Amino acid sequence: MIQSLARRKRAKVFISYCALVPFLVFFLFPLYWMLITSFKTDTEITSLKGVPLIIQGKPTLAHYKKIFFETAYVTWFKNSFLIAGLVTIITMAISILAAYAISRLRFFGSRHFGVGVFCTYLVPPTLLFIPFYKVVGALGLLNSKWSLLFLYPTLTVPFCTWILIGFFSSIPKALDEAAFVDGASYIQMLWKVFLPVAAPGLIAATLFAFTVSWAQFLYPLAYIYRENEMVLTNGIYTTLIRGDVYFWGELMAGALLASIPVVVLFAFLMDYYIAGLTRGTLR
Amino acid sequence: MRSIASVVNRKSSPSFLKILRSRRYAAYWMVLPLFILIVGLVVYPFCYSLYLSMLNKSETKWVGLKNFGRLLGYGTFWLVVGNSFRFTLIAVFFKATLGLALALILNNLPLAGQRLWRGVSMIPWVMPLALSSLGWWWVFEPTHSAINWVLVQLGGTPKPWLSDPFWARVSTIVTNIWFGTPFFMIMYLAGLKSIPESLYEAAQIDGAGAVQRFRYVTLPMLSRLIAITVMFSTIVTFANFDIVRILTRGGPRYTTHLFGTYAFNIGIEAGHLPRGAAVALFMFPVLGLAAFFILRNIARGEE
Repeated sequence: MIQSLARRKRAKVFISYCALVPFLVFFLFPLYWMLITSFKTDTEITSLKGVPLIIQGKPTLAHYKKIFFETAYVTWFKNSFLIAGLVTIITMAISILAAYAISRLRFFGSRHFGVGVFCTYLVPPTLLFIPFYKVVGALGLLNSKWSLLFLYPTLTVPFCTWILIGFFSSIPKALDEAAFVDGASYIQMLWKVFLPVAAPGLIAATLFAFTVSWAQFLYPLAYIYRENEMVLTNGIYTTLIRGDVYFWGELMAGALLASIPVVVLFAFLMDYYIAGLTRGTLR
Repeated sequence: MRSIASVVNRKSSPSFLKILRSRRYAAYWMVLPLFILIVGLVVYPFCYSLYLSMLNKSETKWVGLKNFGRLLGYGTFWLVVGNSFRFTLIAVFFKATLGLALALILNNLPLAGQRLWRGVSMIPWVMPLALSSLGWWWVFEPTHSAINWVLVQLGGTPKPWLSDPFWARVSTIVTNIWFGTPFFMIMYLAGLKSIPESLYEAAQIDGAGAVQRFRYVTLPMLSRLIAITVMFSTIVTFANFDIVRILTRGGPRYTTHLFGTYAFNIGIEAGHLPRGAAVALFMFPVLGLAAFFILRNIARGEE
């Protein structure tokens, strides 16, 4: 009886792994295809002979060299880091203060304010990018990467505030009282009690702010046309695509390299990311 | 007790700091940056968008609802409307079902394997969509790329993936399913973990088979979660921009446009900002409805 149970369990695991395979093929194939393309020579990419699913000729780094030395790729990388980094800092500063106030200091309208935060987090970039064009223009920031510095927080702050409200609310009230008895002010309490206790939430929010800023495509595409001011997403899309068939290698190399920072961050901090995502959506 | 603490704190502070520290004002200055952000960069642009959409192309004259009326008279606009709904419904349906299947599969794996493969399955969601769409664009390239080669090897005929309306729609939807399935998976997996084991045991004792346990335990326990996740995904999918912009730019002949890409086309590329704003505003009823359902569901969960 016990043996057959164990066998049934093993069979279940085996079947599950088999069922997983098609999903993994679907999920990973485009990435594999991008990877091998980026190492193929132009002749091989455009050749109609042989099996395209493997690298048949000699692998080459020519495409990587080309994007590094013949395009503004390095500048875009720097711009992406600069903007995503600064936006993350701004986002965390605004979100931590607001989430703390909303979850702990009851004030007039605090409940409705929480709902308002949630609604703004549901506003997609495609709804407001047209009026933003006018706003960016009025501020003289068209064609400047700095425009992204105030546009991206509209996407990151509401979600980060929302998940931090969740994390802060789950901190037991007894901790506040203990801190107050010890004579802590509100700021001290936030700094010494809430931030350390809600560290997983802070990591999740930071990660989220960074990845969203890194991945945004519509805003830079709509407002930045000067090559040196571009970030990775619109830079790769608008300048690496040329009118002939020989750009695929560089395009794939550029897209893969640009994805690495966020994928690596995710690999190390997966659990925080997932906890933040599920709590932010479900609560 | 608290009043003692604040008295202690208050001694010898200058009055400005006193205000900053007092409970009454602390909350207000703490939410002020967020408040400015929401009002200045969400509420104001939205209202401005309403105003902008009622101007003529050179933004010199107020024309009322003419932009909206014009759009409703265009066959092209109705193509966009139809395609946006089709894209959203089909993509969300497949994401929701494939995501559920994947979550159930992963949930059966031993913990170590589950962690690893859950992480790997999240890559499409984590990778910047604009960049992975470039990869898909190359996958769908008709002559040199992989997918047609595989089709031919399997005895099929090559498909004009991005130049035929039907296949172009299929391509954009497949890319969206690829991107969004992991999100559903991760939500469902969290939900599956929260179903108490005792429910399954009780069902088993009552003689319920695997299908019945799924139908009468898993599904009902996940129903609220499924509803919320579907609504979230509906918003994100309906408002998608990156995939269509990169794969087809809305073509061939406007057949794959979504509201977002069409608004970009009219507003930014053709330079008719007011009409572009009107296109984007047409999304609002659907987004608002989805948001309403999410809020109602979440409020219900809190009770």
